[in-house]
Parts: sequence; structure tokens; C-alpha cells
Amino acid sequence: MSRVRGRRVWQGLRYAFCAVMLILILLPLAWTVFLSLRNNVDLMRQAPLSLFGPYTLGNYGELLKNRTLFRWFFNSMVVSGFSVAGVLALSSLAGYAFGRLHFPFCNWLYAFVLMGLAIPDQSVILTRHHIFSTLHWHNTYLALILPGLSAPLGVFLMTETFRAIPKGMEDAARLDRASPFMIFWKVLLPQTVPAQASLGIYTFLLSWNDYWWPLISATRPDMFTLTEGMAAAQTNYAEVTGMGVLMAEAVLAGLPVLIIYIAFQKHIVSAITGMVKL
Amino acid sequence: MAVSSRNEATRGWGNLLFALPFLSVYVWLLVYPLLAGIRLSLYRANLFGGEHFIAFENYVRLFHDRTFLQALGNSLMFVGLTVPVLVLLALMLALSLNRATRFAAFMRSVVFASSVLSVTVLTIIWRQVLVPDGGLLSHAAHLLNLNPVPFLSDQRFVLPSLAVITVWWSLGLPMILFLSALQQVPRSVYEAAALDRATPWSVFRRITLPAVMPAVILVAAYECALQFQVFGQPQLLTQGGPNGASRPLVLYIYETGFNHWDIGYAAAASQMLFALILIVLLVPHVGRWMAGRWLIGRRA
Repeated sequence: MSRVRGRRVWQGLRYAFCAVMLILILLPLAWTVFLSLRNNVDLMRQAPLSLFGPYTLGNYGELLKNRTLFRWFFNSMVVSGFSVAGVLALSSLAGYAFGRLHFPFCNWLYAFVLMGLAIPDQSVILTRHHIFSTLHWHNTYLALILPGLSAPLGVFLMTETFRAIPKGMEDAARLDRASPFMIFWKVLLPQTVPAQASLGIYTFLLSWNDYWWPLISATRPDMFTLTEGMAAAQTNYAEVTGMGVLMAEAVLAGLPVLIIYIAFQKHIVSAITGMVKL
Repeated sequence: MAVSSRNEATRGWGNLLFALPFLSVYVWLLVYPLLAGIRLSLYRANLFGGEHFIAFENYVRLFHDRTFLQALGNSLMFVGLTVPVLVLLALMLALSLNRATRFAAFMRSVVFASSVLSVTVLTIIWRQVLVPDGGLLSHAAHLLNLNPVPFLSDQRFVLPSLAVITVWWSLGLPMILFLSALQQVPRSVYEAAALDRATPWSVFRRITLPAVMPAVILVAAYECALQFQVFGQPQLLTQGGPNGASRPLVLYIYETGFNHWDIGYAAAASQMLFALILIVLLVPHVGRWMAGRWLIGRRA
């Protein structure tokens, strides 16, 4: 019977561990929301805050008046939207070529692409910055979008996806003398929709949250992405807005990604587990 | 002009066209910058033009540069502080949550949720937890009659504090990878073990652990590579301070390149980062190869 008791102890430990982790994960988030609902005068007083208010939505009201914040939000939407479209288009075409077609050196080229997975963005930054400087493209949407399209992860995921489609799907079409592009467009691409969704959402989050490249490329505040703008906001909030407003900004900046995450959780998980096949 | 034979349709040079759009962006913005960066690291160069070849002088200079060596040490320390904790906690979470209950599904969602926040939101949240005046922890200290700790401005606490933040932020990914490894184990294996009245410990040691071990090694290597790239947390919370105690490699590269405009030198530092990342990514592969040879040797 000691085995039963042993199992109970394990069960108890497991729940205790989960409860502790749950609190540790949620507490900082709850604290942020809590601060965002307090008025700035209370926050600046340095005295311990009472849990029982007073609460206010004033900080969020303040945000609605903030034009720059909306501009940053818009920039992020443009950059992330086009990044997703670009990554999906380039990766699907390349994935079709590598996964389904043959051409001279195709395996060598695929290996050459996969090597890129080991190159961190940080170690190419100086010369990448230089490329965009000589073109005078810094502080443009194009500059914010293009580097994201050079990442090989999408090609890897799409090549695996195209390869996994049963052989012979395209035979009938080929007998009808359909061109390779028509076979791609009409026959194979519709089969990859779930993988497109996973890659698309993953790319969206990656692009939305990117801090490193916008920090270097977009130096004019009107070209900041929301993520970069949140960095500017937290280094000079004291003189401009006040902490309550900053916390409300953090909540508002975090909300879109959290909503996307909750809505598309399955796709995100399958994009991540797709990567391990490497 | 229709395609004349099936062979030609699937083998010709024309098919390369499909890969060409990606390949051109890839070469232009990733491969070329890497190679040009390696070349640049052999020059003395600043952002206003003016280059001249000095071979490996930048690299020699790096190893006499106290600030660089400190940054290298900080990066290694940061990886050492984050990766083992991340792997262990994520593994424990995956083992606890690998079941089909509602609570487990909810917990999995919560654990991953923090990972979708951007680094700038992360630092806004955590600054208000850690600061000694008015932070969440200082409130807690006040309640317990303790003195608040200046987590971000004390040399002893700053890296561990950044490590805690990073673990909070990054638990989701390794947990999901471990869960997917655990789910590869067929149920029948566990059922057979239950029939044999195996103890929970031996089930863990003989079935679960071998099943997740490859994932553990892969995730550890991947996380090392990822945490070597840490930048936003120290840049936003501490600017590398106090006294450089929290300046990692990437922040060093950023400051050298974009604040001091010493780009040849910064490029050399970038290559060190690249080399470090390449090494940690190759370790599991080399390890697997060596283990394979060792097993073959033993069997003979």
C-alpha cells in the first residue's frame, strides 16, 4: 500500500510545483495591470500602495490621446504584415523547389540554405547596416521588412511540408501538361495551408517583437515600431508621461500578441515543434 | 513550346527560378554580410570610410581589452546561470503537464504566454518588480520588515536578476519541445511497464528519461546559442552597468559599432560571437558522433 501513498506524495508535489510556478509567472503580469490602474500621484508618492484603490482608467484615457503610440502601432502592423506575406511567398516557392523539384546542385543549395540557421542576426549587423546606409534606405518600411525575409527557417519548414505531400499528387496535372508553376499553385499549395498558418503566425510574432534591427535601422521616432517605441517610452517616461501611463502602454503593447497567441496557440506550437526535426 | 518530357519538367535549370527569390535575399542580406563582416574584422575601419588592412590585429586587441573580456565573461556567466535552470524547470513543467486534463492545458498556455511578449514589454514589467523604490519586491520586503535590495544596481545581483527575468520569459519554448518529445513515447510502453509493476522511479529512469534525453541535449545547445545573444534585457534595464557587470557580448558589439563607430573592431567581436554560437550548436552533433563510436567500440 506504500506505493499508493508514494503516488499521492508525488501527486501533491506536482500540484505544489505547478501552483508555485503559476504564481511566479502571473504575479509580475498582475502587478503591471495593477499599476496601470492607479493614478500617477499615488504612484509617485513612494508610500506602499493599498490594494483597495483608488483605481482609475485615466492612464488608458491618456493613451488614446497619444498620436505617436498609434503611429508606432501602425508601423508595426505594416512591417509585420508585409514580413508575413514576404516570408510565406519566398518560403513556399523555395520549399516547392527544394522539396518537390530537381535542378542541378539542388541538394548543395539546400544545404547552403540550412547553414544560414546558425548565423545570428547580431553577427552580421555591421555590414547589414552598411548595405542599407549606402542605399539610403534606413528609416523606411522596406529596410524594416527585408532582413526578416533572409532567415532560412521558413524555407526549411516549407521544404519539409512540400516533401511530406504524398508522391503522385501532381501526376495527373503533369499529364495535362500543366506548367511547374500551375502545379505549385493549383495542386500543391492548397495542401500546405496549415503549415502556412503556423509559419505565418510565428513570423508575425517574431517580426512584431523584434527589437534589435528596428533599434539600429529606424532612428526617427515616426518610423519606430511599437516594440522599439516601448524602449524609448521606458527610458524617458518620468519627464514625459508618468509611470501609470507607461504601465498602461505596456499592457496595450502586450495585448495584441497575447490575443494572437490565445487565438492561434495550436499553430504556434506546431511551428515550434516543426523546428526540432532538424 | 510545351514541356517536352517529364524528365525535363522536374529536372531543368528552370526549376531553380522558384528558389531564386529567396536565395537572392538570403545571399544579399545574410551570407554576404557575414562574409563581408569577416573581411571587415581584418581592417581598421570606422563608419566614415577609411579602411586599412591590419590582418589579425583587431583580434589581438580584443584579447587585451578588459572591457571585451569582461563582456565575454558576463555572457558565459549569463548562459551558465540561465540555461541549466531553464532546462531543469522546463523539464519539470513538461513532466508535470504531460496529461490531458484541463488544468494541465491551462498551465501550458500560461507558461508559454510570457514568451510572446517583446523584450521591451518584458523590461517595463520587471523594472517595476525589481526597483528598490516602489517595486513589487520592495513592497514585499517592507511587509516582512526587510531592507529592499537594489537588484539592478548592485554588481553582485545584477546578472542573476537578469537571469531570473530571462528564465521567466523563456520557459515556454523548451517546455513545448520537451512535451513534444514526451508525446512521442507510445502509451503502450507505459501500459506494459504498469503490467510489470514497475516503480514510478524505474519508469522514469528507463522510459521517460531516455525518451527526452535527445531533446534535452538539443534544447540545451539551442538555448546556449540563444542566451549568448542576450541584448535587450541589459541594454534597457542596466545599460550594462554597474561597472560593466551586466554588459554581455552583443551589447559590447553594439556600443563599439554604433556608439564608438569602431566598426572593424566591432566586426571582430561579432566573429567571436558567431564562433561561440557555432561551437555550442555543433557540440550535440559531435557528441552524438563520439557516443556512436564509443558504443561501437564497446560492442566489439
